[in-house]
Amino acid sequence: MDIAAGQHTAVDTPVIRARGLTKAFAERRAVNGIDFEIYPGRCFGFVGPNGAGKTTTLRMTMGLTPLSGGTLSVFGLPVMEHASRIRCRVGIVPQADNLDPDFTVEENLRVYASFFGLSGEQVTRRIESLLDFVSLTDRRKAKTDTLSGGMQRRLTIARALINAPELVVLDEPTTGLDPQARHVIWGRLSELKASGKTLLLTTHYMEEAERLCDELVIMDHGNILAQGSPRDLIEQHVEPEVLELRGAKGTAFEQLAETRGCRLERMGSSLYCYTKQAGPLIEALKNQHELKFIHRPAGLEDVFLRLTGRELRD
Amino acid sequence: MNFWRLPRLRAGSVAVWRRNILVWRKLLIPAILMNFGEPALYLLGLGFGLGHFVGEMSGMSYLAFLASGIIASSAMTTASFEGMYSVFTRMVPQKTYEAILATPLEVDDILAGEMLWCATKSLFSGVAILAVATLLGVVDSWQALWVIPVVFLIGLCFAGPAMIMSSLASNYDFFNYYFVLVVTPMFILCGVFYPVETLPEAMQGAVQILPLTHAVILTRALVAGAELTQPLLHLTVLMLYAVISYYFAVVLVRRKLLV
Repeated sequence: MDIAAGQHTAVDTPVIRARGLTKAFAERRAVNGIDFEIYPGRCFGFVGPNGAGKTTTLRMTMGLTPLSGGTLSVFGLPVMEHASRIRCRVGIVPQADNLDPDFTVEENLRVYASFFGLSGEQVTRRIESLLDFVSLTDRRKAKTDTLSGGMQRRLTIARALINAPELVVLDEPTTGLDPQARHVIWGRLSELKASGKTLLLTTHYMEEAERLCDELVIMDHGNILAQGSPRDLIEQHVEPEVLELRGAKGTAFEQLAETRGCRLERMGSSLYCYTKQAGPLIEALKNQHELKFIHRPAGLEDVFLRLTGRELRD
Repeated sequence: MNFWRLPRLRAGSVAVWRRNILVWRKLLIPAILMNFGEPALYLLGLGFGLGHFVGEMSGMSYLAFLASGIIASSAMTTASFEGMYSVFTRMVPQKTYEAILATPLEVDDILAGEMLWCATKSLFSGVAILAVATLLGVVDSWQALWVIPVVFLIGLCFAGPAMIMSSLASNYDFFNYYFVLVVTPMFILCGVFYPVETLPEAMQGAVQILPLTHAVILTRALVAGAELTQPLLHLTVLMLYAVISYYFAVVLVRRKLLV
């Protein structure tokens, strides 16, 4: 698990450092003694199926749920004793929007600023630039319940930036948004990273993790299964090329693929062949017109499914 | 994180109070109508209607007796409503507390701010009734203005138990229990409509535990000039209710939200 640490110089101190971090509820262990370090200016992702322990981990790092075991420090401060001080320097985007329905867009930002003890000219200027950043300047007088899902999410992100945080924590920032809204948010998050902020996000969209994260951990059942950059993870855990076939189950091709050293995975009527060399297989498929196939490079989703399995999570 | 840790009082609670007053300002007209309308109805209807038959009570006109009691009971119901329906709305369906907890504020600050706000609303209702009572000519003297800080304290005293109910509730129906079993009995039994001394002796002792009894004694003395022998005792009872219920509300809300 020291792949990440090796990439950093000794002077870098982690923004978040967790050792043996554990959360046990009465009926289950949500987080099972995990270690991780998050370095400044980077985007770190927690990826995993529903119930993997991602949100619980985030809540612990913000001092919003007590640890059951292990140590956890943010900005070098132990979280349990200094949660309030730590949250002064953090912006939090929760999984479900919790904007204040009693206020307009602009009032939401101003009232939220007051919770950080911020007011006056400085806040007014910050609100202007944040409304501009999330493209809501012309909706500033709108009540929040008249905004679309994407707008509400953008406002929630702006709200999380009102205290000019060093660390921004996002719990599934684009879940439930349409592709346009999602791309806008990805763009804004990239800008935030470019401006030097540290980002910590959870997601179960592999595309999102691949685009945004410098480093990520794959979690399941409260454990970290793998850790590294998206590219490292793909290199370490799956073969570089994939052939996806429909209706190839039990055909001669399946046997051929197996003898060529392919790792095969079956899901419904689909067959996935993971291989280092797809060339010869594609040759063989040219004669079998009834078999439709897709040839693509392996991605994070393949790593994810390999490590967490393909069965449903409810 | 120790859920039983003593709460810290910090300036952040004022930001929570300010948030609520900003929302209240948007609904100013209906809020003021409620503040004046209900007590005016009680005073005119019961004070004049019932007062016609009753005449005097405890050496004062029934209207004065009732007005000075209603100030206390109205502070109770105002703070109880706000501490239950509004606090629960912000805590559970609206997730306002979740949003606030993502800032440096803690449960301690949120509930202190809510309690100040509940008491502020009690104060508004107290001022409204005092104004109506003055117009009806039953206010004794300028010393009646002292009832304003006392009404604020009464608000604090009832806000805490209401917030405890909010922390235990899983839906709004739960609050009916508290109203039927706690608020209404106090309203009927604690001396708002008749002197506590007319109750059977066993009950007289029992109502001494209830905070509204002490609240009514204070407001009746200040507004209608009734005799007041132990002001410190009554103030202390109200303060103890406020402080102890605040503490338990904080512990319960921590357990509810910080999981």
